Amino acid sequence: MESNAKWRLACQVEDVPSDGGACVSFGDEQIAIFNFSRRNQWYATENRCPHKQQMALSRGMTGSTGEQCEPKVACPFHKKTFSLVTGECLSGDEYKIRTYPVKVKDGKVYICA
Amino acid sequence: MSSSNKPVVVVIGNGMVGHKFCEKLMAASPSFQIVVFGEEPRPAYDRVHLSEYFNGKSANDLSLSMAGWFDAEQDIVLHVGDPVREIDRTAKVIHSRKGIIQPYDFLVLATGSAAFVPDIPGIEKQGVFVYRTIEDLDLIRAYAREARNGAVMGGGLLGLEAAKALLDLGISHPHVIEFASRLMPRQIDSAGSHILEARLKKLGLQLHLNKTTLAVEGEGRVKSLRFADDTSLDLDMLVISAGIRPRDELARLAGLQVGTRGGILVNEKMQTSDPQIFAIGECALVAGMVYGLVAPGYEMADVVAANLAGGHKTFTGFDMSTKLKLIGVDVASFGDAFVGEPDSRTIVFEDRHKGIYKRINITGDGTRLLGGILIGDAAAYNMLLQTVNNRLPLPPDPEDLILGSRGGAGSGAGVMDLPDDALICSCESVTKAAICQAVSEKGIETIDGMKKCTKAGTGCGGCVPLVKDLIAGELKANGRYIRNVICEHFDQSRQELLHLIKLHDVRTYDEVLGRWGKGDGCEVCKPAVASILASCWNDNIQQQAVIQDSNDRYLANIQKGGTYSVVPRIPGGEITPEKLIVLGKVAKKYHLYTKITGGQRIDLFGAHVSDLPDIWEELIAAGFESGHAYGKALRTVKSCVGSTWCRFGLHDSVSFAIEVEERYRGIRAPHKIKGGVSGCIRECAEAQSKDFGIIATEKGWNLYVCGNGGSKPQHAQLLATDIDQATVVRLLDRFLMFYIQTADPLTRTATWLNKMDGGMSYLKNVVVEDSLGMAAQWEEEMQALVDSYKCEWKEVVDNPALRQRFVHFVNAPRKKDPTVAFDSMRGQIKAKEW
Ligand SMILES: Cc1cc2nc3c(=O)[nH]c(=O)nc-3n(C[C@H](O)[C@H](O)[C@H](O)COP(=O)(O)OP(=O)(O)OC[C@H]3O[C@@H](n4cnc5c(N)ncnc54)[C@H](O)[C@@H]3O)c2cc1C
Ligand code: FES
Repeated sequence: MESNAKWRLACQVEDVPSDGGACVSFGDEQIAIFNFSRRNQWYATENRCPHKQQMALSRGMTGSTGEQCEPKVACPFHKKTFSLVTGECLSGDEYKIRTYPVKVKDGKVYICA
Repeated sequence: MSSSNKPVVVVIGNGMVGHKFCEKLMAASPSFQIVVFGEEPRPAYDRVHLSEYFNGKSANDLSLSMAGWFDAEQDIVLHVGDPVREIDRTAKVIHSRKGIIQPYDFLVLATGSAAFVPDIPGIEKQGVFVYRTIEDLDLIRAYAREARNGAVMGGGLLGLEAAKALLDLGISHPHVIEFASRLMPRQIDSAGSHILEARLKKLGLQLHLNKTTLAVEGEGRVKSLRFADDTSLDLDMLVISAGIRPRDELARLAGLQVGTRGGILVNEKMQTSDPQIFAIGECALVAGMVYGLVAPGYEMADVVAANLAGGHKTFTGFDMSTKLKLIGVDVASFGDAFVGEPDSRTIVFEDRHKGIYKRINITGDGTRLLGGILIGDAAAYNMLLQTVNNRLPLPPDPEDLILGSRGGAGSGAGVMDLPDDALICSCESVTKAAICQAVSEKGIETIDGMKKCTKAGTGCGGCVPLVKDLIAGELKANGRYIRNVICEHFDQSRQELLHLIKLHDVRTYDEVLGRWGKGDGCEVCKPAVASILASCWNDNIQQQAVIQDSNDRYLANIQKGGTYSVVPRIPGGEITPEKLIVLGKVAKKYHLYTKITGGQRIDLFGAHVSDLPDIWEELIAAGFESGHAYGKALRTVKSCVGSTWCRFGLHDSVSFAIEVEERYRGIRAPHKIKGGVSGCIRECAEAQSKDFGIIATEKGWNLYVCGNGGSKPQHAQLLATDIDQATVVRLLDRFLMFYIQTADPLTRTATWLNKMDGGMSYLKNVVVEDSLGMAAQWEEEMQALVDSYKCEWKEVVDNPALRQRFVHFVNAPRKKDPTVAFDSMRGQIKAKEW
């Protein structure tokens, strides 16, 4: 699939607040990492909100929606919400955000980007 | 490839319609083997939203979903980057460029169309592009980096979209060259075009109408255009958008009948002159018409899929109503946009000042809507289109449809009046009945759920507002009143939750969610619970930073571009020269924009998140404290200068304002709270537009409550007359606690009062007469909040662990967000436009 993506060290586990997000810098890219500690899950997405191109998603509030408890994040600007799994906009808009695989090992967070 | 003996359907073209056909056929019947050949190097993508490729979407984002295509039961093979060269109708096989020879039982041509390139000398030069595929856009993007000016040939729907794309690529003031005397000649009339032209000029487009291009000039690459009127235009690049030409070359070669002006001739079952071969989408010519929109193409796909699967369906023409997206000006045309007298009567509304034009055509007897045009404001588009398509009756004054009704009855029919078979989403052919059924039988309540369940709204997206209205309408019709519960995670109202939290002495969000909620919470219940916890216990909100609204999480207001603003408290609007100088120095040091707010304080804008603790450290050292401008809390108590200086002043309004502001600072509430104190009846502090207003009288003070400025101004109402300062404070304690404990989230005092049974006289009874017997408790609770006040910013500044959270990049704490950029204006910085 994405052949040139590789696992990269993003940050330490404690850099990302419990049930919150933080942003890491990879060259020119900004990636938002979410520590969904209620479910012991980690997610990563692009930090840019496609609504007004704001680098803000890492500062957004996380949560879930629906019967399946789809994990999501709400942009702090206008509260557009996005699935942390598919990147789909759950507020009914057409755009989507990129998502990345995350893994945690020995207290370090890695992202495949 | 499986060698089953299922009949083989070969699809030529993997564009939007070819893709949809495969989807429909697989859904209709499992008994076909499908083989698709696509010329483009990638699987089908959303061409309708192609321009978003320039707005940050990747090719991947645009790709159409193929979920389920390659499941075990499905028999489908997709060859991309391999166009079909030849159809051999006698042997019933096709030959692909890569040499595949594929037999077929049925053949479906979905080859789409190509941009029409007029035969003008020099048109082959470098720097001339068409606008149809992702590859075209890659070429345009690369070339635009070197280009300073550019033009689009063609002022139709696609041409204007391409011009906007050039603008997005950094070509300032792109030109649009149109042969006709108006823009979008197929959709709008000249009056509408005039208004549209004015709006587009404001957006930075340069329009040239009535222009016939004679030659494209330049050595090897385009340098200028020469026109028939002897004028010329210098440019570096040109995008052609002069219409489409159906791709019928393969069909022609195979001896199928084609139209004189192009298009593969088909009957109402989309059959070509060879009954085993079908044509759908933009390559098909049906009843003399080539349809250049996606929705009719999808309908054609459905017709063929249904007939192959044994059904009976015909294509009976399609509505060509359109709404232009992207350009920044609403433009829509629907039904029969052009009919005039004597077949119909026309009603026109034109507002040159605001740039709005609306035209509707109604039948001579005024009973039905035939079509119309909307420019500048197309909010009514969906409903008007439904009114045409479903032949809904018109209101007695049909002009209400575009003007809104002035007094009295509502204008036109509501969504719930539509007939069951009204087509709501034409891209996915979803009817009103299907949407309402999904609500009442499958429990769908959100647009997202509806998209998953019915696919409505997943095509062009134009019907989304209508779908939302239908969901709300159907919920209401089922008697499912939207109860005042906080959100999907809690079945309680804010007031109920507050009582539970107090009763059970619960202190964290996680415990609240664990005891009374479900799921993982969201951006609605987290801040609501955070506010309740703060109102009950007054613990520092930074202890549970992730449940705070972003502004509370960073103790500052997020602004355009992602920087923050800093507002220190200036109680009563009184400030010493020394402190003013400190504000100036800090603003200068951190490059902040400064503005005096409506609440008599000074707002410093443009602070990077990582500078916030340093800025506050300096402010606190100079004696400032947080102004809570970011919180749902007391903002300011505005004052006039009062009896210390003013010759009319009765009492010292400034001192009283400071006392009240310092008493209630930091207390969290359902929404922000503003106050005002005026020293006499002249009311210079505008106290009657505040949540509470205190006005000096000869004998004491009058207390007003529940006023509001902002978008819905409301005068505050008199709660008590001629009372002394201590009584004012006591009544305010009660009033504020009553509000804090009973209002819904994000409800200002004015709205809270408007919804209160019994209104002002009830409020007076509760607060002044203590009819609920709560007064003593409320006063005590308020005193506890007052006594536990601490400046949140001071706690952060003094606590290294909390300070650490104020960074943009956790892996590079000193690095600032490089995307933050400012413009300048009147000698200060200004956030970049978004
Ligand atoms: C910029 C832009 C904006 C648009 N906006 C809108 C809009 O807002 N609303 C709307 O309704 N419509 C819009 N359209 C039109 C819409 O995209 C088309 O109506 C739709 O894509 C038609 O689908 P189709 O499958 O018939 O053709 P296409 O999507 O063009 O697909 C045809 C495919 O067949 C391939 N092909 C051709 N010949 C062969 C061969 N011999 N062998 C194999 N493959 C072949 C082509 O390469 C192409 O991939 C827009 C179009 C563009 C370009
Ligand atoms: S910028 Fe994210 S919702 Fe508007």
